[in-house]
Amino acid sequence: MNDLTIKTQLPARREIPHTVSPGLWTLAWRRLKTDSIAMVSLAIVAAFILLMVLSGLGVVAKDWAREIGINYAPPTFLGPDAVPGSPEVTNKVEAPAVPSGPTPGSAFNSTVVDPIGDVIAELKGGGARPAPGASPGTESKFVDPLGDVMKEIESQRAAPVTDGKSVDPLADVMKDIQAGKEAKGSAAAADDRRATLPFGADKWGRDVIAKTIKGSETSIFVGLAAALVASLIGSVLGAFAGYYGRWVDDALNWFYSVFSSIPYLLLILAVAAVLQHKGTMTIVLILGLTGWTGMFRLIRAEYLKHKGREYVQAADAIGASNARRMFKHIFPNVSHVVLVQMSILVVAFIKSEVILSFLGFGVPVDVVSWGSMLNEAQNELLLGKWWQLVAAGGTMAVLVTAFSLFTDALRDALDPKLKGKAGH
Amino acid sequence: MDANQSSFDPLVRVRDLRVSFRLDKHTTFEAVKGISFDIPRNTTVALVGESGSGKSVTSLAMLGLLPPENSIVDPKSQIMYGGRNLASLSPDALRDVRGAEIAMIFQEPMTSLNPVFTVGFQIEEVLRLHMGLTGAKARARAIAALTEVGIPDPARRIDMFPSQMSGGQQQRVMIAMAIACEPKLLIADEPTTALDVTIQKQILDLIAQLQKKHQMSVLFITHDLAVVGEIADTVIVMRNGEIREQGPAKQIFENPRDTYTKALLKCRPQLDRRPARLPVIDDFMNGDGPGVIPERKRGVNPGDPIVLKVRNLGKSFYAREGIFGKREFKAVKDVSFDLPKGKTMGLVGESGSGKTTVGLTLMRLHEATTGEALFEGRDILGMSAREFMSYKRRIQIIFQNPYASLNPRFIVGQILTEPMEIHGIGSSAQERTELAFELLQKVGLPEVSFYKYPHEFSGGQRQRIAIARCLTLKPDILICDESVSALDVSVQAQVLNLLQDLQAEFGLSYIFISHDLAVVKYISDQVMVMNEGEIVEIANSDEIYRHPRESYTKRLLASIPRGWHGEHARA
Repeated sequence: MNDLTIKTQLPARREIPHTVSPGLWTLAWRRLKTDSIAMVSLAIVAAFILLMVLSGLGVVAKDWAREIGINYAPPTFLGPDAVPGSPEVTNKVEAPAVPSGPTPGSAFNSTVVDPIGDVIAELKGGGARPAPGASPGTESKFVDPLGDVMKEIESQRAAPVTDGKSVDPLADVMKDIQAGKEAKGSAAAADDRRATLPFGADKWGRDVIAKTIKGSETSIFVGLAAALVASLIGSVLGAFAGYYGRWVDDALNWFYSVFSSIPYLLLILAVAAVLQHKGTMTIVLILGLTGWTGMFRLIRAEYLKHKGREYVQAADAIGASNARRMFKHIFPNVSHVVLVQMSILVVAFIKSEVILSFLGFGVPVDVVSWGSMLNEAQNELLLGKWWQLVAAGGTMAVLVTAFSLFTDALRDALDPKLKGKAGH
Repeated sequence: MDANQSSFDPLVRVRDLRVSFRLDKHTTFEAVKGISFDIPRNTTVALVGESGSGKSVTSLAMLGLLPPENSIVDPKSQIMYGGRNLASLSPDALRDVRGAEIAMIFQEPMTSLNPVFTVGFQIEEVLRLHMGLTGAKARARAIAALTEVGIPDPARRIDMFPSQMSGGQQQRVMIAMAIACEPKLLIADEPTTALDVTIQKQILDLIAQLQKKHQMSVLFITHDLAVVGEIADTVIVMRNGEIREQGPAKQIFENPRDTYTKALLKCRPQLDRRPARLPVIDDFMNGDGPGVIPERKRGVNPGDPIVLKVRNLGKSFYAREGIFGKREFKAVKDVSFDLPKGKTMGLVGESGSGKTTVGLTLMRLHEATTGEALFEGRDILGMSAREFMSYKRRIQIIFQNPYASLNPRFIVGQILTEPMEIHGIGSSAQERTELAFELLQKVGLPEVSFYKYPHEFSGGQRQRIAIARCLTLKPDILICDESVSALDVSVQAQVLNLLQDLQAEFGLSYIFISHDLAVVKYISDQVMVMNEGEIVEIANSDEIYRHPRESYTKRLLASIPRGWHGEHARA
């Protein structure tokens, strides 16, 4: 990368036969290539990012919201009857429970929900898992303390059940809301639903695989974009604080200290409240605006170290401006630190997004992410429907592990001395 | 080895020592290529060589201190000591030998001592481990050792931390630690290189004195032949992992047979001679020597035009003390001098004398506290930063460490064209590239260097790049801040020659800052001696070396290692 810019900047009139020497990045790449763990994890990460791009472009998992299977359709390898509480039973029991929700007509903005009714319905639907001795109310509180948001979502989905044409009122509503384009209450679609799906279906019969892909898109995008925002803020502020020192450093350090003294989750909630609008970009901003502090400290320390180096003094001596010294001279020398830290942030933010969405502060209801899938999964698990949990949790674990391993390898490749083996 | 060890057997017998380093999976680098030598009892052996000669690797191999993960000692290598082969001894057995029978002192006392323990604790630890001494006994022995190495008031200083002592005293503590267990062999790896010349002299004397008193052997490793001339009985000259020549000191200094030894002796500037250019290693290696080089005359005459007038320059640093208080430290006090055009002003002094601060202040890398510097009649210290920009290119600086002063992420082409870009020299990128090519040739580097990164060059080559960078701005004044101090003697000669050539060609004026008095004497017309921020003496360089007026100057000059000078102290 570096080498290319040089070539274009300095076209030699007189051609001198030469080979451009490998720069830092080329050398790091060569070292990285010899590390088999790094290459495997890089391949996994790359595959995930490719998946994210394809999904974002609508090439794959475009119709993730379509209910192509029956509710809670089990994975194909389990067979249609392997799970207690088959779809038919579920539907029959669940159908009468729905009206216990908000009254028809209160439609989408209904906020008043019967908190217990839903759970009762589900417990009944679960069939195999009665709760002996415990009243449904306490049971629901015990099992699902964070279910409020979930209920809100469900209630919104459940609300406009007016026609009851379909065998499955919930699925019908889902079609209205999410698939939307299809004719309302199309009986044909309901009939076509498959009894099993490759890795099962969720509550509304949506394909878990497609949902996971779509969820990966959201989570990885949030992780990457938020890491970018945080790195930008952290490294620019860190560069200013470290380079200028004195009152600039004092002011930014004060700001940093105040910022990092607020409990992290509260800060996130506060930013979320200020930003009002719920959306993927909002969560990116929340994570980016709250997550820059580590990067700030690191880059500040690097700049403090480098500004006293002789090459920076030499740049001063030849008349290089402050901006030039900061960004043209010092930055390339700390960029590998930024890259490694950013890589760590990506992993951290993916996990943060999952936690936030799980708690209901994350992505909006019409967007799926690993976090919202896990949130749904906690209710499903009560019913013994484990596949959504495994799909979301498993993919997340694979990506996060691969990304972490890759980060470690990247750090070693960029700074081989760190490995403790004196390179010659 | 044979059982009948007599006192005539050497203490250590090294035979066919080979050490290589693993660079990556497929390549190894042979650092020491089968060398053999003896260290007789009760003698000082000097191992001399430039960087990369393998001298330090040899000493580390003797102590088994080579990094195990990437170094390979050839199994046929023999380092015989007391009937045991140190090269094949187990790490545990080696640990018993190390410290007790063979001790080592290193170049940097500041990093060799543990800063969080008192010096007493560190000496007592050695005594406990190797002699089983504890408590009051160990303490008494430690105080005795400190007394022996000349630490004043040892009973009190034993409880001090290393940071409370000066560099010279720290090195004395290291030596005390090394001799505390009465070792039979003391390995000293460049023990004086980091020290001021006056301290260096004291430490050399101390080592010589201890060697005699304890009847031990010393292996003295250094890059500087002049240093060992005063203390070595035997000299071994190494280059590229091979021994070029070994023999009694007298023979090596007076009658060297090997061309490389001859070159090493000649390319270091001498106090009594000033050849127009210094001979370099290549002169000897690719021919029959440099022939007769005419002497150069240096000195300043009263009528010489002055390019820079410095008046009452002062620089203070402030350290915070308490909440509101601050303590002033005057690094430079009231320094005034004139720099004649096309001449060299040498600036010498020990560390802390303020000589580097003078250079940085004139470049405005530090802001001066008081005083003025008149350049073409204008005070460059008083003008605004914007005004100073146009003067910045007229005064340039070459730093000490060529490894640190070049941005590692820039190719040489960028390093050279950047100053021209900033100051608008050359109308296009192409023109600047052409200029850079020219300058590379001028400093003796191939044009292909343009496309390479600094790390691909050796120290001397990097210093050439730094010089070329300064030349891009066509300066009038060049400040050389210890610019050749980090270089090997042979490379130092090349860079000094280059500086003199450039001075002749462009009429440059130099302010040459160095702690090496021989180098300053060689290259300077005038010499300014500084001590504790003040000028001690300014005079023409021949004058000051022949007839120093001030006692400080005399003391400084007396400490210069003079190499071999006939009447050997030990003869």
